[in-house]
Amino acid sequence: LTAGTLEQVRNVASDIFGIPADRITAESSPETIENWDSMQHLNLVLAIEEKFAVQLEPEDIEQMKNIGAVAALVEKLQSAVR
Amino acid sequence: MSDANSNSTVRERNPSNLRAEVDALIAQGAFDLASRRLAELWRRDPASGTASFVTSRLEQLRDNVALAKFKLAILRSFTVEPIVPLLRAEAFAYGIDLEVHVGDFNTYVQDMLDGQSSLYRFAPNAVVLAVRTDQAAPELWRDFADLAPEVAREAAERVVRGYEQWIGAFRKQSQAALIVHTLEHPSSPSLGVLDEQSEAGQSGLIRQINRELRRMAAGFHGVYGLDYDALVARHGSEHWHDERKWLTARLPISAGYLLHMAREWMRFVVPLSGRTAKVLVVDLDNTLWGGIIGEDGMAGIKVGAEYPGAAYQALQRALLDLSRKGILLAVCSKNNLDDAMEALDKHPGMLVRAKHFAALRINWRDKVQNLREIAEELNVGIDALAFLDDNPFEREQVRAALPEVTVIDLPKNPLEYASAVRNCAAFERLTLSAEDQQRTEMYAVEKQRAGAEQKFQSKEDFFRFLEQEAELEPVSELTLARVAQLTQKTNQFNLTTRRYTEPQIAEMAKQPEWHIFSIKVRDRFGDHGLVGVAITYDVGEQCEVDTFLLSCRVIGRTVETALLAHLAESAAQRGCKRLTGWFLPTKKNTPARDFYEQHDFELQVTTCEGSLWTLDLDSSTLRCPDWIKLKVAELIESKPGGKN
Repeated sequence: LTAGTLEQVRNVASDIFGIPADRITAESSPETIENWDSMQHLNLVLAIEEKFAVQLEPEDIEQMKNIGAVAALVEKLQSAVR
Repeated sequence: MSDANSNSTVRERNPSNLRAEVDALIAQGAFDLASRRLAELWRRDPASGTASFVTSRLEQLRDNVALAKFKLAILRSFTVEPIVPLLRAEAFAYGIDLEVHVGDFNTYVQDMLDGQSSLYRFAPNAVVLAVRTDQAAPELWRDFADLAPEVAREAAERVVRGYEQWIGAFRKQSQAALIVHTLEHPSSPSLGVLDEQSEAGQSGLIRQINRELRRMAAGFHGVYGLDYDALVARHGSEHWHDERKWLTARLPISAGYLLHMAREWMRFVVPLSGRTAKVLVVDLDNTLWGGIIGEDGMAGIKVGAEYPGAAYQALQRALLDLSRKGILLAVCSKNNLDDAMEALDKHPGMLVRAKHFAALRINWRDKVQNLREIAEELNVGIDALAFLDDNPFEREQVRAALPEVTVIDLPKNPLEYASAVRNCAAFERLTLSAEDQQRTEMYAVEKQRAGAEQKFQSKEDFFRFLEQEAELEPVSELTLARVAQLTQKTNQFNLTTRRYTEPQIAEMAKQPEWHIFSIKVRDRFGDHGLVGVAITYDVGEQCEVDTFLLSCRVIGRTVETALLAHLAESAAQRGCKRLTGWFLPTKKNTPARDFYEQHDFELQVTTCEGSLWTLDLDSSTLRCPDWIKLKVAELIESKPGGKN
């Protein structure tokens, strides 16, 4: 996992959840972020797809248990494109 | 050289710096600048994440900056929640504080039929009815191959009847505008290419439903069709749709296209909220034509039917289309006047000519000052201007000095210029009056009038020379759209600035104590068209002026006195003893401030909102000036009522 991808994902999450990026880590999850509900999860998915020009499968979306997992998924999809 | 600054780079702020800057400015209380930076952030990065940031900061700014309030309800058969922040951010960039209510899934029928529903409690200014074909016409969408032809046809007719019934019920409950998504036809019809061989096929029947929906919408006031099929086609059905999201989250539109759905809705919200541009001011070099006339000369500039000049012709065609919708064109260019005029008048590739422009500022002065002068010359507010210039430096200067101006971000590639103009919601109109279509000619005639005025010794001699004729008539089906339009966009000579929609005017006209007059004015130079509206209502022996407004084109030539005199006369005929009216000051209506006082009304009371004036009709000497020939049409049964 590169620091660049994680940082970009943290920035997106910061916008979506409305909390400063420096309070979001790879371990941040629906348990630690109060308004990470199902609607915000969809918003996060859409923002990630838009930002990184990737397409998430329903199975991928279930894997997005925390911010680190989201970043890992983005990297996997981007390398598959290349 | 005309575009001396074209190579200088505008200081680009990156999005994350802009976020920090916005927060710092809000903390300092510098709300206007914070608001400008927030709009800049949105322009630079119009994405879902940014939209969440913009809407959260908007909460902190909304009470501290001037934004037009607008309430939009969305009735839907699919997930629209992720589109809402994009829509609100986009609205903010147009100066609109948009409040959005989203109806429950597939409850749109109940919502529209039930007068107590959350829809009506929300009291929206406009409602979007966003229903997908799979929900609106499930048999046609899913089971088409199983249907006998007559069953399919009946199903199509039932769909239209359903819409007609709900919309009729809606119109009885609410005077809000209604924007109806037309139905999408399947990208792969159930019978393949065979489907297209008959108008009674799956696609053919859905097209028929759409034709009927349009016809029906036109029968109501303030009901508009949104061509959903055309929207999808513009972006490509394969790109637009995301089957995964549809099946898992009931969201049919893929992530990258949600913004385009929001922008399509804005094409209705912007004209409905009155945030439209009335004048488009264009640059010349590398905007209206390719190259620099002062350097490249007539033979060197690029404009014509072939590439690369075709890109500029396409833009010019878009400008002419705007002009036909009543949007005035003006030029603001750093150039030698003679060079520029030669190209405007004589270049064979040009589609727009000098006569299409209502104002020209071709000089070497500051564009900001030129824009101010253009607004003054055309008698419009600065906020009515839009600005089109290839030079980012000029655009930034205008944005900084005149934040009210709609500045269009031209893409780098001239082939995309025309669509940048065509996609700008500030130029959308939902109705078109005869006045709109002739506006450019009217301004040309106005120049002759202004020239004539200077030759007369006294105002009165000039008025007699003008031979003005005014025609007063009660509002009718034919004038309803124009009357509502004037209440929505007249800012300067407007005593109360009350905005009304077509359905509201139609409703008022049905009340016996309300009287709504329009005035048309003509003179020896030409026809001004329908330029004024007065609305009164009687309470016992008193007649109160609810609305009194005139387009600034005719102000100061005593037409206003003629209209007021008629109100007094007709009130007296109905047995009223007093004519009263409020003056409610706004930032823009100072031209109307002294109107009642100048016509011998007495000041009754002054409050924080305005002043109330009254005229005793028994002793009044208010008369129509004898140099105006006044024709009053009878109150006939032509009151609006044909439409619902």
